[in-house]
Amino acid sequence: MSLTGRTRLSILDKPLSRGKGEVSLSCFALLFSEVVQYCQNKSQTVPELQNKLHELGQKVGVKLIDLYFVRERNCKREIKLLNILLFVKSTLWKALFGREADKLEHSNDDENTYYLMEKDPLVNKFISVPRDKSSLNCAVFIAGIVEAVLTGTDLRPKLPPTGTKEQHIW
Amino acid sequence: MSRSTTRFDTKKVNSELVTLTYGALVAQIIKDLENTDDVSKQLERLGYNMGIRLIEDFLAKTGTGRCLDLKDTADKIQTAFRMYLGVQPNVANWSAAGDEFSFVLDSNPLTDLVELPEDLKGLKYCNIICGVIRGALEMVQLDVQSWIVQDQLKRGSKH
Repeated sequence: MSLTGRTRLSILDKPLSRGKGEVSLSCFALLFSEVVQYCQNKSQTVPELQNKLHELGQKVGVKLIDLYFVRERNCKREIKLLNILLFVKSTLWKALFGREADKLEHSNDDENTYYLMEKDPLVNKFISVPRDKSSLNCAVFIAGIVEAVLTGTDLRPKLPPTGTKEQHIW
Repeated sequence: MSRSTTRFDTKKVNSELVTLTYGALVAQIIKDLENTDDVSKQLERLGYNMGIRLIEDFLAKTGTGRCLDLKDTADKIQTAFRMYLGVQPNVANWSAAGDEFSFVLDSNPLTDLVELPEDLKGLKYCNIICGVIRGALEMVQLDVQSWIVQDQLKRGSKH
């Protein structure tokens, strides 16, 4: 036992993958559908379900920060609001969903508010929302990812308005 | 090999998105259930649900016919692995009666970036794959059992 323990490579000893791996879209769609169903079974109301998806998204987001800043930015973190937003819009989006997010807008009314727009989020592609749950939007999962990335890069003080607004534009 | 992967024109997504989504799901289930064996079972069940839908996708994309024997089935599952996870498993360990075999996955996108903590060593992290195989084969009237023999997170991965 101890011998295998010693010879075994820990995950930190392995080189970081380049992130070029690809998996079939059907695979992801079905997995995500199971994620949604699992959350649905655990919750009574639509907001509750959305919260659960949002939380899961955050878990993903937290891990993405480390991964992408180590891989793309030589471990240098971004601390300027606009830069990190652009990073999310282009680099992160491209890596995750194969293309950049549609638009990043600055609100006219409030200088701390930005809108990140995506017309056709990948996670919603195969989801049909039942009529009795019309307020459900599974893209809160992505909102969770984005929020975690922004929070995790220490932009918290400026963020609450941004973070919450972002969910609404989905 | 590359020809056969391009033949079925499937859309792809970044494997890390899948890995991390799956990881988040597993973490959530662990939080909800606590007992590791229950978690493994739940993962298998989720996989089963995926499998019974995935088979349709597979049949539609490949237009494949009925399997003649288990060797044929093994081949097709191998193709499916390549299509859906982008990895090529080896088929090995055929039993003498020809009714049991293993897939050996050299790399598994589900376990990239994953490390099991000591207290979860009993968790069958990839049990979802077993579920998928069971679900998919059940839909084509093949009743199979599928389990993990070895795990790369503990060393080596087989089904």
